[in-house]
Amino acid sequence: MPRTGVFICHCGTNIAATVDIDKVVEAARSFPGVVHAEDYRYLCSEVGQDLIKKSIRDHNLDRVVVGTCSPRMHENTFRKAAAEAGLNPFLLEVANIREHCSWVHRDMDEATPKAVALVRAASAKAALNDPLEPPTVEVEKRALVIGGGIAGIQAALDIAEAGFTVDIVEREPSIGGRMAQLEKTFPTLDCSACILTPKMVEVAQHPNINLLTYSEVEEVSGYVGQFDVTIRKKARSVDAVKCTGCGICYEKCPKKTPAEFEMGRSTRKAIYVPFPQAVPNVPVIDREACLYFQKGRCQICAKECPADAVDFEQQDELVERRYGAIIVSTGFDQLDPSAYGEYGYGQHPDILTGLEFERLFNASGPTGGKVVRFSDGKPPKKVVFIQCVGSRDKARGMNYCSKICCMYTAKQAILLKEKVPDAKSYVFYIDVRTAGKGYEEFQRRAAEEYDVAYLRGQVGKIFPENEHLVVKGVDSLSGKTIEIKADMVVLAAASIARADAPALGRIVGINSDSYHFFNEAHPKLRPVETHTAGVFIAGACQAPKDIPDTVAQAGAAAAKAVSLLSREVLQGEACTAVVNKAECSGCLYCEAVCPYGAISAVEIEERSATGTIARTIADVNAALCQGCGSCTAICRSGSINLKGFSNEQILAEVDAICLQR
Amino acid sequence: MTSGTKSRMIEEMKLQSGQDPSCCYQCAKCSAACPVTAAMDLLPHQVIRYLQLGLEEELLESRTPWICASCFTCAARCPRDLDLARMMEGVRLAILRRREGNKFGPADLTPEQLAKLPQQALVSGFRKYNK
Repeated sequence: MPRTGVFICHCGTNIAATVDIDKVVEAARSFPGVVHAEDYRYLCSEVGQDLIKKSIRDHNLDRVVVGTCSPRMHENTFRKAAAEAGLNPFLLEVANIREHCSWVHRDMDEATPKAVALVRAASAKAALNDPLEPPTVEVEKRALVIGGGIAGIQAALDIAEAGFTVDIVEREPSIGGRMAQLEKTFPTLDCSACILTPKMVEVAQHPNINLLTYSEVEEVSGYVGQFDVTIRKKARSVDAVKCTGCGICYEKCPKKTPAEFEMGRSTRKAIYVPFPQAVPNVPVIDREACLYFQKGRCQICAKECPADAVDFEQQDELVERRYGAIIVSTGFDQLDPSAYGEYGYGQHPDILTGLEFERLFNASGPTGGKVVRFSDGKPPKKVVFIQCVGSRDKARGMNYCSKICCMYTAKQAILLKEKVPDAKSYVFYIDVRTAGKGYEEFQRRAAEEYDVAYLRGQVGKIFPENEHLVVKGVDSLSGKTIEIKADMVVLAAASIARADAPALGRIVGINSDSYHFFNEAHPKLRPVETHTAGVFIAGACQAPKDIPDTVAQAGAAAAKAVSLLSREVLQGEACTAVVNKAECSGCLYCEAVCPYGAISAVEIEERSATGTIARTIADVNAALCQGCGSCTAICRSGSINLKGFSNEQILAEVDAICLQR
Repeated sequence: MTSGTKSRMIEEMKLQSGQDPSCCYQCAKCSAACPVTAAMDLLPHQVIRYLQLGLEEELLESRTPWICASCFTCAARCPRDLDLARMMEGVRLAILRRREGNKFGPADLTPEQLAKLPQQALVSGFRKYNK
């Protein structure tokens, strides 16, 4: 018979206001094997923990049950306390009488018996608990950063500076991400490239950073400390070692195709670098566009290349590497506003998205830095900005606020006034949201010093009339309808998750919210961790955010990764699956459902009446097993059990709950 | 304006039209899209604002609910997924119900007429023509 001690926590009034603690303690004294029961106001406090430790020694306890909050909150606290008193931590069981009881009930007469039942169940399970020892896992001292925008760049630099090797995998031919597309940054108006490119160069030169551009992560297996990752290095068709970056190839290439970096608002060549400051400065042949790859003739780039670097035969390369930690920083996209018929995006060249308008200011942008209309090349005198296009829109877009639009619109209106001094800006907004250091002052400057007319209302229709775009809107504050003959319209389209974010999430093993932004482990207290240990997130792949927030989050993710990589070994999962070799029939359904690839088939030899026979059974690799229990649920013969959550333990809990007093 | 009135108007709209005026965040897209605002004294978003504030008397005097042509442009554009045209109908019903007396009641009809007329048409008729 075990010697179980039961400890019930009041959690201030969190539990005590709804559960009659005295009754629970009294009831616990009668449970089988319980030799001691008491309560305390805050068990998680140091005094509370000492109380548990003292009782373990005084009463010679070999099992402990705590009736407290969720095990997610304090299971570790209490297990550590038990361990300090000399008990194997897995002999402690948590009965969740807060989240599962006091917080979800109002009536003490009903909540109290439920709390009793939960504690009884935990005691019944604890009686069957075995001491467990978690396996140790060696930590591979190398980090992987997926996505080379400002978030990935910052995270990689921070990890590299801490002395660990980092690989950045970037899908595009160059790192830089969205920030590389921006002209100026709010609220200080410093030039985006001027603050970004030094970091890009630092990444390229850092001895601890390896750049894998034009590459994608194909497969991730393993677990925290030992992720095995397969990366596809797409064929660049240019030998990066030979290439000097002289640019003759794309100068001479005869084939033009829409430039992704300019959202298709200008063209690039079939062999190209996405923008002049690209890192690495090694061109890529777009095989879909290239005349040689499509029609079998041309090869002008190869003929002109003075370094003989063009290599049409290059193949995709699969790189397999092991990493201790992964940071996902894959950024965001801008919503395509074509679905909003009233705005006419895509119907008229002078109706742009915010990002397209931004490119007009850039010297290497589609207009060479001239703010002019795509239709006639004339500078726009009246520009209408429309906020919340697809944001805060639960009917046709995203229910959330995209966070950055209010500020970048104010920035663009200021930049416009500086480039085209006689231009007038109108901003249709629902609310102006400028939370951030120096943000409100910046937006007010746009309204007060740069003559930007803020109109609280929305636009119902835009249609072309002669050389103008007639914008019909409303100013809700005056209650007047407004008609503006504009030269250009800029739509602040919603920031959205990358279309393939869920696919990457599945590869890496992290989940995302209903908008496909990656989920953090806790919205307040674990903002860069995910539910998968060793995988961290940073930047706009988690939610729309501006550069300062992104950089801060990237630093935080790097710190988490560094603290992980600094350890020699990690404690693995103690609650792993075990196969009953005698009963396992070798159907291997478990192998199919295991999300961690921890189960494989092994052949064993068995004596039978007719002699020794060989047969196949399932085998669990305890180092890979994360204790999810899928295998135990699917096993037809019940011959896989999860340590700490065995079928016997679970059924003992169920029996204890069903027991009517 | 009292909080009691406010909740009464909102509750009435929810019941009448299935639309909750509290969902509106006053972006005024409805007013921007409406083709007949020129003839309105209150813009569509203002009608919702009056509902939110419970400005019942003022709303009952407004021409706007009667100008609304139920073209549904507002409903198609509303980012809050509110069906404004339905809500306008709700306001019209509220106005009619507050005006005293019925022009005719079931008692005015002969048993033959009652037997022939569908129930729904009757109820609708009482509401529509009881000005």
